[in-house]
Amino acid sequence: MGEAIVITSGKGGVGKTTTSANIGTALALQGKKVCLVDTDIGLRNLDVVMGLENRIIYDLVDVVEGRCKIHQALVKDKRFEDLLYLLPAAQTVDKSAVTPEQMHKLINELKQDYDYIIIDCPAGIEQGFQNAIAGADRAIVVTTPEVSAVRDADRIIGLLEKAKTVESPKLVINRIRNHMMKSGDMLDVDEITTHLSIELIGIVADDEEVIKASNHGEPIALNPNSKASIAYRNIARRILGESIPLQPLEDKNKSVFGKIKQFFGVR
Amino acid sequence: MKKRQNVTIKGTKDGIVLHLDDSCSYEDLKKELDDKLSANQTTEGERHLTPVKVDVGNRYLSDAQREEIKNLIRQKKNLVVDDIESNVVTRAEVDKLRAENEVVTVSRIIRSGQVLEVPGDLLLIGDVNPGGTVVAGGNIFIMGTLKGIAHAGVFGNDQAVISASSMQPSQLRISDCINRAPDNAQKTEKREMECAYIDDNHQIIVDRLQVLINLRPNLNRFEGGH
Repeated sequence: MGEAIVITSGKGGVGKTTTSANIGTALALQGKKVCLVDTDIGLRNLDVVMGLENRIIYDLVDVVEGRCKIHQALVKDKRFEDLLYLLPAAQTVDKSAVTPEQMHKLINELKQDYDYIIIDCPAGIEQGFQNAIAGADRAIVVTTPEVSAVRDADRIIGLLEKAKTVESPKLVINRIRNHMMKSGDMLDVDEITTHLSIELIGIVADDEEVIKASNHGEPIALNPNSKASIAYRNIARRILGESIPLQPLEDKNKSVFGKIKQFFGVR
Repeated sequence: MKKRQNVTIKGTKDGIVLHLDDSCSYEDLKKELDDKLSANQTTEGERHLTPVKVDVGNRYLSDAQREEIKNLIRQKKNLVVDDIESNVVTRAEVDKLRAENEVVTVSRIIRSGQVLEVPGDLLLIGDVNPGGTVVAGGNIFIMGTLKGIAHAGVFGNDQAVISASSMQPSQLRISDCINRAPDNAQKTEKREMECAYIDDNHQIIVDRLQVLINLRPNLNRFEGGH
C-alpha cells in the first residue's frame, strides 16, 4: 500500500509542477515505484516538464469516466526501469469534470501498485484543489520567499488543517536567492517557517538550470551536478524518512542556518 | 382566616420596595396591585416622582409582564419603577450570561482566511497571521503574535481591550472604533507586550500592557487573597 502526497501552494507560478516532477523523479532514483498524477485539468503541463507529452493517449478524465483502464492511461517514463509513471490531466475539459469522490477512488486504486503517488495540484482553492487533496495522505506546501506566496501558503495550510484528511503539511521554500535574503530584500527562511509554523522539508535555490531542464523535458533531479537537483534529491530522502540537514545556501550564514537547524531539530 | 396579602409595601433605607408574592397567580397579583395602589391614592397635586424597587421573589416575569407591571405602577401613583428584581432567570439567559463572561481558550494558529469568533473573552495560545481574524464579545488576549485583525467588544463594549505578546496588527477594532497600522510601519520597531483600548476621545490607543492596571480595573476577577 503506497502513500499519496499532494504538492500544493495556493498561488500560481511558485513551482508546484516543477517540484512534483523533481520529487517524483528523485523518489524513482531512490528505487521507489512512483506515479505522478496531474490534476490541473484543462491546464496540464506536468507532462511537458517530464518530456512525456507526445506519448499521451488517454488521460485522467478518460479513466474516471471509464473510457479506459488506469494502466492504459499511465505514461511510462523510459528513463527509468518500470519505476516512474505519469497519469496526465485532460486538456479539453475543465476541473468540474471530476469530483473529489472519484479522485479518492482513483488514488486508492493507484496506491495498490505504487509506493508513492505524487499529486500535482492546480493553483487556487476551488474544485481543482479539493479534487487534488481528496485522495492525499500527506501534503507538501510549496512557497517562494515572497509575501504574496507566503500569504497564500498560509491560507492553504489552514484549508488542509480543516480538511483533516491529510496529516500535518510540510513546507518547501522554492526559488531562494541568497543575496536578496541576506540584504533583507526577501523574506528569509527563518521568517517564513516561524510565520507558517509547519515543518520545513526542503529549500531550493533559484537556479537557471531548473528552467533550462524543464524546457527540455528533463527534470533537473536527473542532473547530479546542480544545486537544485541535490535539494530535490534531499527532499525525496526526507520523505523516505532519512534525516538530512538542510544544505547550506551559497556561503554559510551561520546565524540564519543555525536557527533553521535548531527549528528543524526541535520539531 | 385573613387572606394573605399578595402585595406588601415596605420602606427600607434604600427607598420603597414593593414585595409581590410569588405563589399567587399573575392575574390575582395584578388585580391586587391595582387595588392597593388605587386605594392609597392621595390627591396631592405635587408631581414628585418617587423611585421604587419591585421584588417579585421566585416568580419569572417575561419582558411583556415586566412592562405591564411597570406601567401599572406608573399610572397609579407618583411612583416610577427603578428596577424589578427576580430570583429566577431562564436557562437561555444564564447560558448567554455565562458565554459572555467566559474566557475561551483556543490553542491554534489563525491563518489567512480563517475567522475565530467567541461570545466572551478570548485567550489565544498561538498567532493570528495576516488575513486572519479574531472576534470576541469581550476582551482578546493573544499569547503569540497578532498580525491579522482583532475585533474586541463586538457587541458594543467600549471597555474591551486587546492585548498581544507581539502587536503587529493589520487592523484593530474595539466596539465601533477602527484603527489600522500606519502605511510605513517600521519593521524593526519592537512591539512586545502591548495592549489596545479606547480612550476618552473615542480613539484606539496602543500602549504598554501595564497601563491597563489603572485604566481597566474591571479586568480583575480575582477576589480575596492579599
